[in-house]
Parts: sequence; C-alpha cells; structure tokens
Amino acid sequence: MVSTSYRLVRTTTVSFKRGLSQAVKSDQATSASEAPQVSSGGSSLHPQEIPKDAVKFSLKPFATHLIEAPEPVAYATKEQLLAYHRTMTVMRRSEISADLMYKAQLVRGFCHLYDGQEATAVGIESAITWKDALITAYRNHCQQLGRGDTPFTVLSELLGRYTGCSKGKGGSMHLYKAENKYFGGNGIVGAQVPLGTGLAFAEQYLNTGNISVTMYGDGAANQGQVAEAMNMAALWKLPCVYVCENNKYGMGTSTDRASANTNFYTRGDVIPGIRVDGMDVLSVREGMKLAVNYARSGKGPFVVESVTYRYHGHSMSDPGLSYRSREEITEMRKRADPIELVKSRILEQGWATEKELKSIEKEIRQQVDEMTEKAKQAPLPPVEELYRDIYVEGIEHVRGTLVNNGLGNYLA
Amino acid sequence: MNITSTVATVAARWSRCRFLHTSSSILCSQVGLAVEQTIQQQLGSSPETTRMNLFTAINHALSTALETNDKSVVFGEDVAFGGVFRCTTELQQRFGSHRVFNTPLSEQGIVGFGIGLAVQGFQAIAEIQFADYIFPAFDQLVNEAAKYRYRSGGLFDCGGLTVRAPCGAVGHGGLYHSQSPEAYFAHTPGLKVVMPRDPIRAKGLLLASIRDKNPVIFFEPKILYRSSFSQVPLEDYQLPLGKAEIVQSGTDVTLIGWGAQVHVLCQVAEEAKEKMNISCEVIDMMTLLPYDLETIVQSVKKTGRVLISHEAPITNGLGAELAAALLEPCFLYLEAPIMRICGYDTPFPLANEKYYLPSKEKCLDAVVQLIHY
Repeated sequence: MVSTSYRLVRTTTVSFKRGLSQAVKSDQATSASEAPQVSSGGSSLHPQEIPKDAVKFSLKPFATHLIEAPEPVAYATKEQLLAYHRTMTVMRRSEISADLMYKAQLVRGFCHLYDGQEATAVGIESAITWKDALITAYRNHCQQLGRGDTPFTVLSELLGRYTGCSKGKGGSMHLYKAENKYFGGNGIVGAQVPLGTGLAFAEQYLNTGNISVTMYGDGAANQGQVAEAMNMAALWKLPCVYVCENNKYGMGTSTDRASANTNFYTRGDVIPGIRVDGMDVLSVREGMKLAVNYARSGKGPFVVESVTYRYHGHSMSDPGLSYRSREEITEMRKRADPIELVKSRILEQGWATEKELKSIEKEIRQQVDEMTEKAKQAPLPPVEELYRDIYVEGIEHVRGTLVNNGLGNYLA
Repeated sequence: MNITSTVATVAARWSRCRFLHTSSSILCSQVGLAVEQTIQQQLGSSPETTRMNLFTAINHALSTALETNDKSVVFGEDVAFGGVFRCTTELQQRFGSHRVFNTPLSEQGIVGFGIGLAVQGFQAIAEIQFADYIFPAFDQLVNEAAKYRYRSGGLFDCGGLTVRAPCGAVGHGGLYHSQSPEAYFAHTPGLKVVMPRDPIRAKGLLLASIRDKNPVIFFEPKILYRSSFSQVPLEDYQLPLGKAEIVQSGTDVTLIGWGAQVHVLCQVAEEAKEKMNISCEVIDMMTLLPYDLETIVQSVKKTGRVLISHEAPITNGLGAELAAALLEPCFLYLEAPIMRICGYDTPFPLANEKYYLPSKEKCLDAVVQLIHY
C-alpha cells in the first residue's frame, strides 16, 4: 500500500521534472549536425557479415595478448565512412568551440579537450549500440556527442547553463545521457573503472546480452582500483570491455615515466587484450568488434588499448608544450589526423570529392557555431538547483540558504 | 552551581569586560600562540626576512627539511618539475632524483608507500595533488598511519610521515578541486591535522609537521598560494603544533576559523568594528587535531559569544566538534548560542560557489544576531 503511493508521488515528481526540462529543451533547435548514430545496430555484432558494397581496407597490424590477432583488414561502406567523417567533424568543431570559449573566459573551471582522439570515440560507438553501457573519465565531450547529444547541450553544460545535459551542475567533466546509457563523465581518475565493472555485472545478471564499455587512460592504468575491478571482472566473467586510451601522456608524465609495463593491453593479466591504432577509426572498430563479441558471448572481459594522441594539453590550463615538442604535435597532425585519414580513404574510393567533403565540413562548422552562440545566450540554472538532487526526495531547502529562513530558523 | 557563585562569576565577567574595554591587549595574549615571539626566541630579534607568497614559503620549508635531514624524501605526482602549484620547484635539481621524485597516479599507493618509508625512520613527505584526491588513501591514513604506533605497543611508528595536500575553494574548482576534508581526518586519533593561513606560519608549521614524530596531514589552502604574502624569515624555525593563535583581540564576539576563512573573519571583524562598533576577537586554530581548546575557551569565557566558520559543509564539520567542546566549560559564560556559518550541506557546487561559501556578509549577519540575542 505504502509503496504504491510512494511510487505515484515519485512518478508525478519525475514527470514534472521531465516536463520542465522538456519545456526548456523545446527552445533549442535540433539541427542536421546532430551527430548521426554511427553504431550500426545489428550488423556490427557479426564480423562475418560483410555488407555487399563494402570495400576492403588494410590496417596496421594488431598486437594481442592471450588471443589470436585478427587479420588487419576492415570492410567498410561509403555510408559508414561518410558517417564517421561527419561525426568526427562535429566532434572536432565542438572541441574547437569549447577551446575558444574557454580562452574567452566564458567556460571556467576545467576543460579537457579530445581533439585528435575522435577516432577512438567513433570507432568504439561503431562497434556497439546504445543499449550497451558506456562510461569514461573526464575527457568526455565527444563520448557525449557519440551517444547522441548535440554540441548545443554539451557546450551549454560547459558554460554552466540550464540547457546543459546536467542542468549546468556538472560542467565539462560530468556529461551524461541516461536514455542512451552513457554513464558519464568522471572527475576522479580511475574511479569509473570499478563503476563500469558494476554496470557489466548488472547486464550479466539481467541477461540482457549488453556489455559495458569502460574507458580509462594511461595514467589511470596505475590506479589500484583498476586492478581490483579487472580481477573481479575476470573472476566472474563479466561482459566488460575495458578501453585504455593511451594518448602517451598522463597530464605531463609520459607513459614510460609512469608505468613499468607500457603495454596497457596486457595489463589485464589473465584478461585477453588487443592494441589498436587509435587514430584510425576502422582499426578501433575492428579491435572493438573482437572485444565486444568476446565479452558478449559470455567469455568474460577484454582489454582494448587504443594508441591515440591529443593535440591540446591535458586541460586548458596546460599548454601541452612543456613535456612534448611542438614538432611532435605538428607531426601527428600531419601524419595521423583521424579525420584526414577517413577523408583520404573516401577520396581514394571516389565516394566523394574534396569539394563535397569540404562543404560538409563547412556546413557542420556553421551549425556548431550557431549552436555555440545559442548556448552563450542560454539561461543559468536557478539558484534553487544548489540544493536539488542532493537526495532523491527533494529537500525543500538546505538550512540557512534562503534569506527568509536564515539564522533565526537555525537558532530556533 | 548555586546562585552566589553564578552571580560572582557574572560579576567577575562584567568587571573583566569593562577592564578589557579600556585596557590594551596585553591581557589577551595569555593564551594563544604568540607567533612573532616564538620566532624571535628561535632566530633572534631581527632575522633576515623576504616577502614571499605561500607556495614559496612551502618550498623553503621543504628545502630546509631536505637540507637538515639526509633521510628525508619528497614524492608525489608531478613534484619533480616543481608541482602543479610550484611548491616543489627546483627541489629535484638541488637534492637529486633519489630524494625528490614522481610517483605514478596512485594515491593509495603513494600514502601506503610513504608509511612504509616512515616506519623505516625516514621523513616521508608525500604530496597528494588535490585534497579531493586523498580519499583512495583514506584507508592507509586512517587504518595504517594513525594506528601503527598504537597497535605495535610503541615498537613501530610512522611519525616521519607528512602528507601535504592543497585544499579549499579557489573560485572555479567545482566538486573535485575545492574540497576541505579536514573533518574526516580530525575524527581519527593518531593523526594530526594542520592548516596554515599565511606563508610565515606555513613555513613554521610545515617544518614542525615534518619533524613531529606523528603522522601529520598538512592542508594548504590553494587560493592562498599566490595571494597571501608575508615577510618570512629565511632561516629554519618552527611553530608548535596544537596551539591556536589570537589573530586580533576583541571583547564582544569570538570568531573562530582556520585556513583562508581566517582572512574572511578578519574582514568581518574590521567591518563590525567600523559599522557597528562591535569588537571581535579572531582566532586561527592552525592545528585542527589536536586542537587548542584552552585558547578558545578563554576567549569565549571573555566574550560570551562565539561564531565558528569553515568552508566545509556544516553538518559534522569541525565547527560542530568545537561547538560541542566549548559548551561544557563555557555554558554559563555564553550570552548566545554557539553559531556556525559554514558551507552548505551540498557537494561543492560549480556555478553557485559564491552562494555556497560562508561569506563575509553571512558571518556579519551572524555576528549581529549574536550581539542582539
């Protein structure tokens, strides 16, 4: 009896909140540059299923641990490559927008940019669906975009506006997309890894067939809790794919100065692993497919190391030049830029002309710029948000926070 | 307590108040640490000083510690290049990478490793990059460091361990770069917890913490790293732990705080004097565990009104402990309930930081309420 009435009350509150957020959201335009869902739903589950119009691309060889390396090839269609190109461009433009806004001091606090690493985010998404759980660390703007959010909401959140995905209360590091099972967005290094392991346990328990993709970095690989989580996953054969984004630097410390074993794909010990080229979206996708199939089939966890690179420093307060040379960054941009790689493949196959691709990029740039301007005009969260969402039952106010129930109430 | 003694106590308080109103502040320095005097006792009446900020003073203290004890080491994330707040600048160049070195990103590992070093007789000076990241090491600090001496009956101890961590609001830190976790550790017998408010005290307190034969957690208010300056003596000196300091004397209200909040309380005292002729006594606890109860009791007995203020959330913050501890000895001397103006019971907010913090205005409001109670 009691539980029913509670549930009724809760539903009302929840629907009121949802109505409120929808009212706010109806102001924002949903535009064509919403990142298209690149996960292909069903077909990526079966690597043997090759679409008829797919072309074979050769990849850099994979390194593997405790499992046979797959052939370094990928079959991709025009639609797929164009979708990857589009999504990565949206991500790139969004990060550049964030950079400009931070430099203009509109975004405050901390801001960790992902440009250079887009292929990892898109490659992961292309091998899973939005029914699979995803969790990552603080460099998470592009994961939010990859899970179906728009630059408007992401940039709003960075600006601390009410139109942001976390109502402006999370900021850059805390982006979430509940309906697409994106669990964020975590500020504390390594803390998301045991969390992701728990997500996997739930999927296994409920027999959903879904997996959990738990991302972390080369710095976090040295956190004790990562080893603890992996041990549990291996012991209980949890459907968890651990993705270590090795961008060569943990803040300012290069991997060889932080880790005794820099082969992060082997750090799962008894857990099989694969190292992929994180600058090549197809390499990430194929490596992920191996891992995802392994985990989904009930064999247990898998570790994917994605060797990638970030053009920006660790965060916007880090110029990123004191521990690496400008030449290194320029070299990576020239030689290994993920968007350029996809473009060159598209052009090679004659699937689009240089002009067409440039016009797509220009269109996306315009749309992201428009969204940026809209986000700058968006409203701040009301001050009551300070004490909402601390507990599930909304506390009307926290002691002493309102002028008219100040200290007098406190002394009473 | 019978009526006679109560009246006598009240009368004694009254007369003392009236006497103090007209006298100088000499009587007030009976308790509380006299910092300048303490330094002069060690270094003579005019030691050579330089104006420096907090991170430079910390740097001085660390290099003094490394100079004076061969078995001292400094380690933590990114300390080799100088640290994210420059507290460890040039230490590796001067003392070598076998004594000043980086650790991987492993707080639990850093503190546990530091405890082991300390048990072997080293002065292990560990840095946790932000106090918000200290929690993976919570078990090591509370279960190992705090209890080593006790559980071995004195056979072993990790007194050489000092854990330094920047804490406190900085304007844009959000949930994980602004926390003040002193209350969690001040609840642990076996640990000492220290928080300075300016460079001259930081250097003395840090050297005392490093050399204290107990594990000490030394919180440094990060907003003061560049904004707080003092004339700091260049030589080696220490300030005793466990003593609070009376920053300025007063007669009407006692304001108790620590770290950056002391500066807010000094502003409150100034404005209260200017606008309302209320004389405030400001006390900086400096050591949060073991805290100097005697000084604050003497002060509250004198003024009868007390406000405790800290950035950390109010519920179960250290203010609650001090309020409870003050109550018994000062019950009959109190003219108003003990008040706390602290951070709200919310996670440290991102956009609403200014609203969340115990600002000067909120504290002034409390002072007025105390006076008019």
